[in-house]
Amino acid sequence: MDGVAASARQAVGLMLDAEGALWPIVSLSLQVSGLATLIAAAIALPLAAWLALTPFPGRGAVVAVLNALMGLPAVVVGLLVYLLLSRAGPLGPLGLLFTPGAMVIAQSMLVLPLIAALARQTLEDTLAECGPYLRSLGASRLQTIATLLWEGRFSLFTAVLAGFGRAAAEVGAVMMVGGNIDGVTRVMTTAIALETSKGDLPLALGLGLVLLAVVVAVNAGAFGVRQYAIRRFG
Amino acid sequence: MRSAASADPRSEAAGALLRLRGVGLRAGALDVLDGVDLDLPVAGRTVVVGPNGAGKSTLLAALHGLVATTAGTIEGVDARGAAWRPRLALVFQRPVMLRRSVRANVEHALAVAGLPAAERAQRADAALADVGLAYAAGRPARRLSGGEQQRLAVARAQALGPDCLLLDEPTSSLDPAAGAAVERHLMALSARGIGVVMTTHDLAQARRVAERIVLMHRGRVVEAGEAGAFFASPRTALARRFLAGDWLD
Repeated sequence: MDGVAASARQAVGLMLDAEGALWPIVSLSLQVSGLATLIAAAIALPLAAWLALTPFPGRGAVVAVLNALMGLPAVVVGLLVYLLLSRAGPLGPLGLLFTPGAMVIAQSMLVLPLIAALARQTLEDTLAECGPYLRSLGASRLQTIATLLWEGRFSLFTAVLAGFGRAAAEVGAVMMVGGNIDGVTRVMTTAIALETSKGDLPLALGLGLVLLAVVVAVNAGAFGVRQYAIRRFG
Repeated sequence: MRSAASADPRSEAAGALLRLRGVGLRAGALDVLDGVDLDLPVAGRTVVVGPNGAGKSTLLAALHGLVATTAGTIEGVDARGAAWRPRLALVFQRPVMLRRSVRANVEHALAVAGLPAAERAQRADAALADVGLAYAAGRPARRLSGGEQQRLAVARAQALGPDCLLLDEPTSSLDPAAGAAVERHLMALSARGIGVVMTTHDLAQARRVAERIVLMHRGRVVEAGEAGAFFASPRTALARRFLAGDWLD
């Protein structure tokens, strides 16, 4: 128990040390997960809008697959990206393996289905509500999509935050394609796993606390956005 | 698009008709509309009455083109019988309020209709003032009361400058005072030359508002004609039973 308390005290010390080993890892984590979420959202939102508005044969199956991919195992994504980026893989010549770029690709692939599935449901619900009205106005497809995205903006933002939360907390894929190289590809989750296995509990604990704070902040942000939307716009 | 608040009667709309011939709409085994023949004046006030499931709302949707009919034709003709396409705007029973301000709701409709951005605010404010909602222009639309939301829906529709408003039971979910406010506004619009075609379950409202009545039952037009004559001496047994408050089988 004393050991844990001592580790916690050291962890707080690390967190208070702006020049220490902890904050570069936190910074890289936020950059990788933030960029991955932005890329995933840029693809997922139009995809969700297209799926919500376009009837086609097999659409139900596509939606079912997309929903299933929300639970895509991170290590499977890591394996796929590894195979793509490895020297013998189709994207091997790009030399991205064991770089932050590879981690961004892996996390984007991981959270894209999550954001797309949540956004599709939001947009379909909004379409059910506003569709007849928009058709009565003679809205074009583009006008309809723009209106749906704006009407669903708060729920869509929450979906994007959920994607960021998953990306930031993920360990398997970034470990496989990033390699957990100190100062290059070491992020919070991989560092926690490594430091714990080495017995360096203060750093692991400090990173764990920061990661927890990030996850809590993301969820609080999502909750706050929803509450604001209800209060402000009904 | 003509001005929202100070629309002048249109010479084109006077005497113009929406002409329905053999209009049908089949959904599965059900004929929601069944051989509807009707000459519906674009100007003035027409009230469509009938029991639940009579096809009143579907008739409005078909007139607007919101649903595709499976039989017959709907065409607009002017007073001389030449083809003419009236501008129609539809107001739903439960108005859809976009998650934005009252003014922005009207501006959105105008933007979709292609009105230049510079004119939207002025047009929206005029329509809101006309329905008595100028005080709420900056408020979130979803925070309005039911009566205010319905008036906003009417403002949004009239801002588009229609020849005729189609309203699906616009007061059915409102209290009497809010319903009366909507009714008064529709009468005022009609006096300015904007046609009104509305559905209602409320026979007292139909008596107050209607210049013409269309009675529907099971997707068919049972009786259509001048409102005074309809209420005083209905021609069909079904209409007499409907006015007496009997259930229609």
